[in-house]
Amino acid sequence: MPQLDPAVWSTQLFWLAITFGVLYLIIWRVALPRIADVLEARQRKLDDDLKKATALKEEAETILAEYERMRANAQASAHAALQKAQNEMKAEAERQSHALAARLGKQTDEAEARIAAAKSAAIAGLESTVSEVVAAATEKLIGVKAGEQEVARAVGSVMGGKR
Amino acid sequence: MAETGGHSPLEQFEINSIFPPGDHGEVGAFTFTNSSLTMVAALVLISAFLILGMRRGALVPGRMQSLAEMSYEFIAGLISDTVGAEGRRYFPIVFTLFMFILFGNLLGMLPYSFTFTSHIIVTFALALIVFIGVTILAIAKHGLHFFSFFVPPGAPIAMWPLLIPIEVISYLSRPISLSVRLFANMLAGHTLLKVIAGFIGLLGVFGILPFALVVALTGLEILIAFLQAYVFAILTCLYINDALHLH
Repeated sequence: MPQLDPAVWSTQLFWLAITFGVLYLIIWRVALPRIADVLEARQRKLDDDLKKATALKEEAETILAEYERMRANAQASAHAALQKAQNEMKAEAERQSHALAARLGKQTDEAEARIAAAKSAAIAGLESTVSEVVAAATEKLIGVKAGEQEVARAVGSVMGGKR
Repeated sequence: MAETGGHSPLEQFEINSIFPPGDHGEVGAFTFTNSSLTMVAALVLISAFLILGMRRGALVPGRMQSLAEMSYEFIAGLISDTVGAEGRRYFPIVFTLFMFILFGNLLGMLPYSFTFTSHIIVTFALALIVFIGVTILAIAKHGLHFFSFFVPPGAPIAMWPLLIPIEVISYLSRPISLSVRLFANMLAGHTLLKVIAGFIGLLGVFGILPFALVVALTGLEILIAFLQAYVFAILTCLYINDALHLH
């Protein structure tokens, strides 16, 4: 077995010492600090970003709260304005309906008065017509020429109850 | 898995001089051999892997950077799990051991290459670095109190003459078990691959069977390459933990 030949030990030990020693120095002084720096920088960047994200989140929450507040205010004022408009409109409607009712009432009264006048005029006209008809009918039927006053009184007494 | 075309499955473990060129047999301490070549290759590849992989130092890592960071975090996690926060000081040496053994094992999986971790002298030297370092660390930290490590806590004094030698032997055999475990795994795996690969040509058409076995075993050997580097690193961490906390 070549491993047990002491003649080849010294060269291996010599080259092992050189290569292992150089490798140790390179790893210790160059490679590991480099990797550690990169890992540390990455960790720092992650922490930074996380912190920034937290700050942004807080800011967003403040803005959201402010927005909510403003929205609630706007809603309240809109509600109030709506209520006010509604009240005004209700009052106006009431006022107009009152005015309308008054006008209608007045017109009704006037109309009623006109109707009454017309009615009495008509009745008066009717009375004279009826008197003429009665006089004519009496003359035709019984040949008596009734006196104008008499006829008017009779018609008046008959129609008087209908008036 | 060096297919050097030789007849002995152990021929792949031979040390051959590359500079100065010549046959094996006259190998001095400074001779550049196939073993030295793989060590230098491991050194260059690990440095390239870690430094070129991290050269952009991107916030969002690419593939090579991810691998470099993954290996870093793997060993960092291993140390913090076994030793805790104090273990950070020993991160470079554990990381170097892990990467050097891992790349040594993996480079050995390339056909015609050489596996320097299959040589007991190399693994023993690495284990000795750990053993001596850990012992110096323990004595520096605890002074003479370090020797209480060899007295199991709660053991009756009557048992000490028996227990202390056992503990001392167990402590002294740490570098041996550490080095032999790695060496034997590499030696056995590569020898087995070579022996079974030898049957492929001999069996003709039925050579497909050992060929399939070699493919499967190659996969297993790659797993073992990772596993043994991991075992070496975790045992180093456990020894450092023992040195820092004694019991």
